[in-house]
Amino acid sequence: MAAPGDMTGGRPDAAAPAAIELRGISKAFGPVQANRDISLSVPKGTIHGIIGENGAGKSTLMSILYGFYKPDEGEILVNGQPINIADSQTAIRAGIGMVFQHFKLVQNFTVLENIILGVEDGALLRPSLSKARGVLKRLAAEYQLNVDPDEVIENLSVGHQQRVEILKALYRQADILILDEPTGVLTPAEADHLFRILEGLRDEGKTIILITHKLREIMEITDNVSVMRRGEMVASVRTAETSPEELAELMVGRKVLLNVSKAPARPAAPVLEVRDLTMVDADGVERLRQVSFDIRAGEILGIAGVSGNGQTQLLEILGGYPEKGARVSGEVRMNGAALPLSGRGCDSRQRRRDGIGHIPEDRQVEGLIMDFAAWENVAFGWHDAPEFSKGALMDNDAIRRDAQAKMERFDVRPRDCHLAARNFSGGNQQKIVVAREIERNPDLLLIGQPTRGVDIGAIEFIHKRIVELRDAGKAILLVSVELDEILSLSDRVAVMFDGRIMGERLPGQTTTGELGLLMAGITDTENTPDSAGIPPGVTQDALPEGSA
Amino acid sequence: MKLADSLTAILILAICQIWLIADQSAAMQGINSAIRLMTPLLLACLAGLYSERAGVFDIGLEGKMLMAAFTAASVAFVTGSAWLGLIAGIAGAMAMSLVHGVASITFRGNQLISGVALNFLAAGLTVLIGQNAFSLGGRTPPLQGDARFQPITLPFAPELREVPLIGPLYSQLLSGHTILVYVALLAVPVTWWVLFRTRFGLRLRAVGENPASVDTAGISVTRLRFTAVMICGLLTGIAGAYLATGLSAGFVKDMTAGRGFIALAALIFAKWRPWQALFATFLFGLLEAIANLYPNLDLGLFTVPSQFMNALPYILTVIILAGFVGRAIPPRAGGEPYVKER
Repeated sequence: MAAPGDMTGGRPDAAAPAAIELRGISKAFGPVQANRDISLSVPKGTIHGIIGENGAGKSTLMSILYGFYKPDEGEILVNGQPINIADSQTAIRAGIGMVFQHFKLVQNFTVLENIILGVEDGALLRPSLSKARGVLKRLAAEYQLNVDPDEVIENLSVGHQQRVEILKALYRQADILILDEPTGVLTPAEADHLFRILEGLRDEGKTIILITHKLREIMEITDNVSVMRRGEMVASVRTAETSPEELAELMVGRKVLLNVSKAPARPAAPVLEVRDLTMVDADGVERLRQVSFDIRAGEILGIAGVSGNGQTQLLEILGGYPEKGARVSGEVRMNGAALPLSGRGCDSRQRRRDGIGHIPEDRQVEGLIMDFAAWENVAFGWHDAPEFSKGALMDNDAIRRDAQAKMERFDVRPRDCHLAARNFSGGNQQKIVVAREIERNPDLLLIGQPTRGVDIGAIEFIHKRIVELRDAGKAILLVSVELDEILSLSDRVAVMFDGRIMGERLPGQTTTGELGLLMAGITDTENTPDSAGIPPGVTQDALPEGSA
Repeated sequence: MKLADSLTAILILAICQIWLIADQSAAMQGINSAIRLMTPLLLACLAGLYSERAGVFDIGLEGKMLMAAFTAASVAFVTGSAWLGLIAGIAGAMAMSLVHGVASITFRGNQLISGVALNFLAAGLTVLIGQNAFSLGGRTPPLQGDARFQPITLPFAPELREVPLIGPLYSQLLSGHTILVYVALLAVPVTWWVLFRTRFGLRLRAVGENPASVDTAGISVTRLRFTAVMICGLLTGIAGAYLATGLSAGFVKDMTAGRGFIALAALIFAKWRPWQALFATFLFGLLEAIANLYPNLDLGLFTVPSQFMNALPYILTVIILAGFVGRAIPPRAGGEPYVKER
């Protein structure tokens, strides 16, 4: 066979028919061509990565495989047999299992109930449940997929919920497992565990398709990789024979600077001074413990750490909206003046007036109102500014003109300020938030997870803007769980663990290994690099390449 | 559930009070009447339970019951058979359910608006057709004999009458109701069993919580929801037929008198669970029975006016709907038409 996507893959058994073969698949939604003439061959027993920017058509392609959509054209072969996948039931019978990015679990059902849903053995539940219990035990032993079968889903961590999704597919005897952005919601340790599970599954002969936009994951775990760009399959290569730089270039269609080029920082006077900031939440849990740091004008302070170690609370307090019922103590000075940490004057509106901009961690909840138009979202926080007002009324024309101009400058696509925020892709939503905050020229910009769920093109753009703001002499606090982002953007790196700042490093003078130890709460005094004490999830090879 | 507990306590106290100031037979009579008054509420409550557990909110219970009461009474009068009336009642309510299903499942319309519309439709249509057919100001002619469901005596009821404790409970409380009362009581364990012990129940609950999970498992969300909505029609049909051919003898304009809404309140009170629904609707039935038996309840210290007694079920409804009974979490996908994601 000489189909464009043909490969023998990293694993042997080249003589057997491919587990999945797609020939000339096309799918359009109205005028939008989501998939155009896609051919792909996935050999049995391999892990195959599909990488591409948001909106490149990866998810559409996989939805076609899972029977959610009918392709307009093209042919699907499973194990060499042509098959017409009319609905999900057919896909399941053909041995295809899917783990969606947003889990399809019933939150108040037990693990067992979720697993048998749709594949019950008869009209009564009891026999199905006891059979599933047995099968689950076997699968757990075979693949290290341990979950308590009687636990209710909402009590499980995200990582465990994902295991339930995988178990669901295996219980349906899936031989081909599709995972859509599986690590987006996982901590590094959980992601690491997931990869071990996937390797185990591959070694048992299962075929795995991994959809992601994270290059690191592709390089770490896949045997082959296919790149999608704007609905087309632009390349299929062996992972061992490619590099992250090449893949990134294929994804966006031009050279990408994975490492942000920036001049050395020229820090001036301190803008933000934080002293002994401590926060105890309503449940009495200490979330921040005597956090102290300075940020000077013209520098970026990066805060690294596994999520949930107090970064969110820090951003919320500095942004003026500490959690309800929280007790905050310590001192925060902005340009020399103390900021109130509770009560009057501690609100996000006052913080804006004090010159603090904020790109919040969760743009869909805190950064935007998803059902409001882009122009309204661009004005939020400044909607009562004199230039947007006509007496007591808002000057909507002025706001729209301003929004349109900002969308122009930040390359928000589509360039339609009347569109509701939810109709933009993740990257463009983030650009709307970034445009709103940066264009106000704040003295201090708080940034939480600036590029979570954002495609590579937009990441590059947002990074550039952040560096520009720094070069304009502003102070920037950058919180991110992506170590490579922290290392490439920051002028100084502080690591947070369990509400504490574990230490500060200069990006040029540290290693991912050292930061990994700090992120795991192992302090300098015990630090012996290359020791066996590196916890799972922050092992050297799990950290981003090119940053060590 | 603190407030619910105290409500129950107050109620038990009230019953004891009645027991003391009146006599035992009056109390028996009260509970007996409560069971009869509970029946339409219980059936409607379970009807709502199926629909809402599947994710389709239904504030049209009232309208469906009203429509069923009318069709049941009309057909029972014309044919002289309560059973044909029952079938007509079920058909009437299921026709309404079908409209609700088409509007809110197939066309993904707003479930509340569809429900409100059906309530208005039933209120108007029953009187209009009734007036046209019978010229009695919207009523149906009174039903007699086989056109009504008659009380049935359970086996051994007369024999067991004199046995202490069990005797009065069995012979006086349980025995002597119409067949539809037993259908309603039986529907409680059946609903529980269907919901928690069968494949259909699992899928029904799943589709009300997360329809995407059902869809990705290869099961039709639309078909499941339609089934649930039609079961809702079946049960409200029985409830309406009972109102017109069991509890009273014929159809009267607006005879449901808010029972559909009280059933909804009971459903929330019961947190969408069948056994709790029995308890909740019994509570409402009891309040109604007390109001009927003691229009001017003399509590010794003061006399409760009849208006207050009659208002009791509605007051309780307001208290429940205002959320004073603890956190009631409705099915998560309730009220949301299912749209497949990209």
